[in-house]
Amino acid sequence: MLRKLIAIITSLKLTIICLAAAMVLIFAGTIAQVHLGIWEAQQRYFQGFFVWWPAEGRGFRVPVFPGGHLIGAVLLVNLVAAHAKRFQWAWRKFGIHLIHAGLIIMLAGGLFTDLFAIESHMRLTQGDTRNYSEDPRRMELAVIDTSNPEFDQVTAIPEALLRRGGSIEHKSLPFRLVVRHFYQNSRLHMVNESGVTLQPIANQGPGAQVVVESVPRATGVNDRDLVSAAVEIIPAKSASLGTWLVSDALGAPQTFSNGDRTWQLVMRPARYYKPYSVTLQKFTHERYVGTEIPKNFASKVTLIDPEKNVNRNVLVYMNHPLRYRGETYYQAGFEKDDRTSILQVVRNPSFIAPYIACIVVAAGLLVQFGYHLVGFSRRRRAVIA
Amino acid sequence: MKRFFPWLVLIFAAAWVAASWLPPKITDDAFDLVTFGKVPVLVGGRVKPLDTVARNSLLIIHGKETLRLPNGEEIGAMQWLVDVLFKSALADEYPVFVIQNSEVLGLFGWEQSDRKYFSFTELSPFLKQIDEQGDQADKLESVQRSAYQSAILNLRNALILCQRLKNSLRPEDAHDFSNELETYAAAIPPAAQAASQREKGEAFDKAKLDSVAAFVERYQNLSSMAYLLAVPSGEGLQWQSIAESLLLAVRTGEIHPVVKAYAQLGDAYHVGDQRTFNQQTTRLSDWFGKEQAVATKRTSFEFLFNHVDPFTHSMVLYVLAFLVACGSWLGWNRPLNRAAFYLLLLSLAVHTFGLASRMYLQERPPVTNLYSSAIFIGWGAVIVALILERIFRDGIGAACAGAIGFITLIIAHHLAGSGDTLEMLQAVLDTNIWLATHVVAITTGYSAMFLAGMLAMIYIIRGVFTRSLKKETADSLSRMTYGVVCFATLFSFVGTVLGGIWADQSWGRFWGWDPKENGAVLIVLWCAIILHARWGGFIRQRGLMVMAIVGNVVTSFSWFGVNMLGVGLHSYGFMQKAFPWLVGFIVSQLALMAVAAMPLERWQSFRTTTHAPRGKDKLKFASQGLPVGTTPD
Repeated sequence: MLRKLIAIITSLKLTIICLAAAMVLIFAGTIAQVHLGIWEAQQRYFQGFFVWWPAEGRGFRVPVFPGGHLIGAVLLVNLVAAHAKRFQWAWRKFGIHLIHAGLIIMLAGGLFTDLFAIESHMRLTQGDTRNYSEDPRRMELAVIDTSNPEFDQVTAIPEALLRRGGSIEHKSLPFRLVVRHFYQNSRLHMVNESGVTLQPIANQGPGAQVVVESVPRATGVNDRDLVSAAVEIIPAKSASLGTWLVSDALGAPQTFSNGDRTWQLVMRPARYYKPYSVTLQKFTHERYVGTEIPKNFASKVTLIDPEKNVNRNVLVYMNHPLRYRGETYYQAGFEKDDRTSILQVVRNPSFIAPYIACIVVAAGLLVQFGYHLVGFSRRRRAVIA
Repeated sequence: MKRFFPWLVLIFAAAWVAASWLPPKITDDAFDLVTFGKVPVLVGGRVKPLDTVARNSLLIIHGKETLRLPNGEEIGAMQWLVDVLFKSALADEYPVFVIQNSEVLGLFGWEQSDRKYFSFTELSPFLKQIDEQGDQADKLESVQRSAYQSAILNLRNALILCQRLKNSLRPEDAHDFSNELETYAAAIPPAAQAASQREKGEAFDKAKLDSVAAFVERYQNLSSMAYLLAVPSGEGLQWQSIAESLLLAVRTGEIHPVVKAYAQLGDAYHVGDQRTFNQQTTRLSDWFGKEQAVATKRTSFEFLFNHVDPFTHSMVLYVLAFLVACGSWLGWNRPLNRAAFYLLLLSLAVHTFGLASRMYLQERPPVTNLYSSAIFIGWGAVIVALILERIFRDGIGAACAGAIGFITLIIAHHLAGSGDTLEMLQAVLDTNIWLATHVVAITTGYSAMFLAGMLAMIYIIRGVFTRSLKKETADSLSRMTYGVVCFATLFSFVGTVLGGIWADQSWGRFWGWDPKENGAVLIVLWCAIILHARWGGFIRQRGLMVMAIVGNVVTSFSWFGVNMLGVGLHSYGFMQKAFPWLVGFIVSQLALMAVAAMPLERWQSFRTTTHAPRGKDKLKFASQGLPVGTTPD
């Protein structure tokens, strides 16, 4: 039994099946991008152990195809097992070993990146200073204690917790938050707007004048979900303070008081705070003379890090990112008025893996094909002679 | 004869190519459009000769680089351009605008007939309608537009381009433009004096100011229209249009010599005075030769490049070589084979000249857009195929080289319709290191995949439909295909990973599941499957061939298919028109695979020569028996 299992795990057939499955998956995932957009297709097809049908909903779901993580993992096991079992040292095989060692590094690195890399945005208008970046794909509910004049104490509740619903407690909060409603994507309307039949889901703050319509998830490349929720705030020792509507579509924070403290409540893109700050001095957008074709985008920023005694100007432009303290800042976009720059901020602890893998595999391919080519031309010469 | 035949073929072909290098003849009583065609202007961010502007504009507006007039006369792009620039009333009558969409014709109350070219005069009553409809279509993404919307938008853009050209070097209503400029120049100093008097609060002559103000307004309107930036000012790419230069003259009081020369030669052309036109053109050309030596050298070379038209020549030579190579399998083997090889070398030389010229003109690595990728894929595949031909000397490499060279150049030809193929690069592509490594490696991988597919096609077609696939040919085809797949694996893999590294350098993610990235990795995976299936003994000769043909499908999807999805960072070359062709190609490949899947007894080449009893499948090659147990399947 065990021997049979090992035979399967180490078999070349399994390799081919995995590669073929990967092709099918990638093809399907690429075509799906037309309707789902890159990000959503990536989630459904590549970043999971299975592709599910139907993709949405909590009801009955069937796995219809192995997802990217499963195929990658099986391929990784297959590769490692096959080489562990059949490894023998010979020059003839050296290239093959190198190639596969490189592939193992690449697959493992890819998996690691998928699990641990964090991508976020920093959006700066000229003159702005930020010490955090934001993830526009994930929201958080920030509950801010503003009673201390020296600093604000922020408790951030991730979107996933809100989606799960129920009661949320945290030691920094003297009350519980109970999620009454949650909308992954929504549109807000005023109650008195004509044709609105829905009832408000909140009874406190501006949310009491607003109704929430649930809409299907955004699929376009540039569209994103407007997350909304209704939360009831219940202090530990007194009665409920009421229900608030929190939404990505509501701009300003809402204020409420509990006992002697004042709190703010806001739904906003999840933030990653940094121990340093970035100030945008100037954004430039050059075009080729007489055309609208962009020639270069560049952001001149000032980096200030009190801990490390850093205070310097940096130019971030196309193909020339800023790398600082494990994070990399790329010129990612701009707003129409050419005064606001969007920097992509990436923390990827395994970014070096593909570089190593590439060198190892390329060396392996060269050794292997070189070895065969020499052999081929020798034989050929022998035939001609 | 046998010995001289290949040389004879080569000499004829070389003479034909050489003929296009001769400078075009200009008779004394004609307008010198050759010298005028070399004059540099700045359009689309690049300094190029007027000849290129003429060809690209006519290609965008008319779909072709020549124009047939109603009287049957055919005129070149340069002739059309000078008429548009200096004799717009005449050019308005030329049937240049293409309208084939019946709904667009219906918009004007016209029925679809065999006419598809219309003149500006015919369209002028509908300009407002066209502009409105075009505006609506412009708001949509290109993927969302209907056929009508694309057609009306194209028509609107063509009309705008034409109008802008007309107002590039002079206002289209100007008759004696040099005279107008003299009046303008003479009016400036008194006006300047009046202006300074006004500033000081003294009495001033308002009429003097107003006379210049009228000119300024006229040139401001003109400058908003101008398409050509014809006047170099200062260092580098600081060029201005004629109108902008005239507006500057208000301050300097002097009219730029280039503006004067254009005005004089334009007037001369307008009234049909070829002597003055030629004199002024020479003056203009001399001025550029002195003041803009580098730009002029480049534009003269580009003129030669346009004139020589290397890709059309090598296209013809590739077809010829393909036919000759195929002929060599039918008979007169050695001389035809040799002739095909020589033709290919000549064709490759011309192809290489074209590729290198483009690199020189653009100062870029060879592949910068879809058009140049087609040129490069053909070039790479031809070289690898010629190496195979040198090793095996059986005409197969030559046939592949001819076929792939021809097909890729035809594809390139059809990709050129959107105008300048030497366009400037988007900011993120503005890096020669990655263009030279990642893009070149990927496209070389494409070349190799198509070559492997071509070899497989030859194997199947010769094997199934003819008796010419002998055992040794089959074996060498198999070896070639295997070798080329290995080569493709190497380049596709390295290219894909280099692309990942570029992405990591510029966007911070090594892999983003962008469609073009996925296309590239599909090729790598398919190569890996082919190689592992062969090493594992799951496939033999025929399986290898069928899989190589699937490789064609995968590669064509990766090269073109993903661009048609209209998503992602690489969707720079959206090609809706190419979609039916892509589908057709894929269907043809599937059909070929179905043919290959027929039982081997049905293959002409593998039919048993002796009528072996059925049931005992003794498969043999038509000409040579195989030892038992080595069936080619």
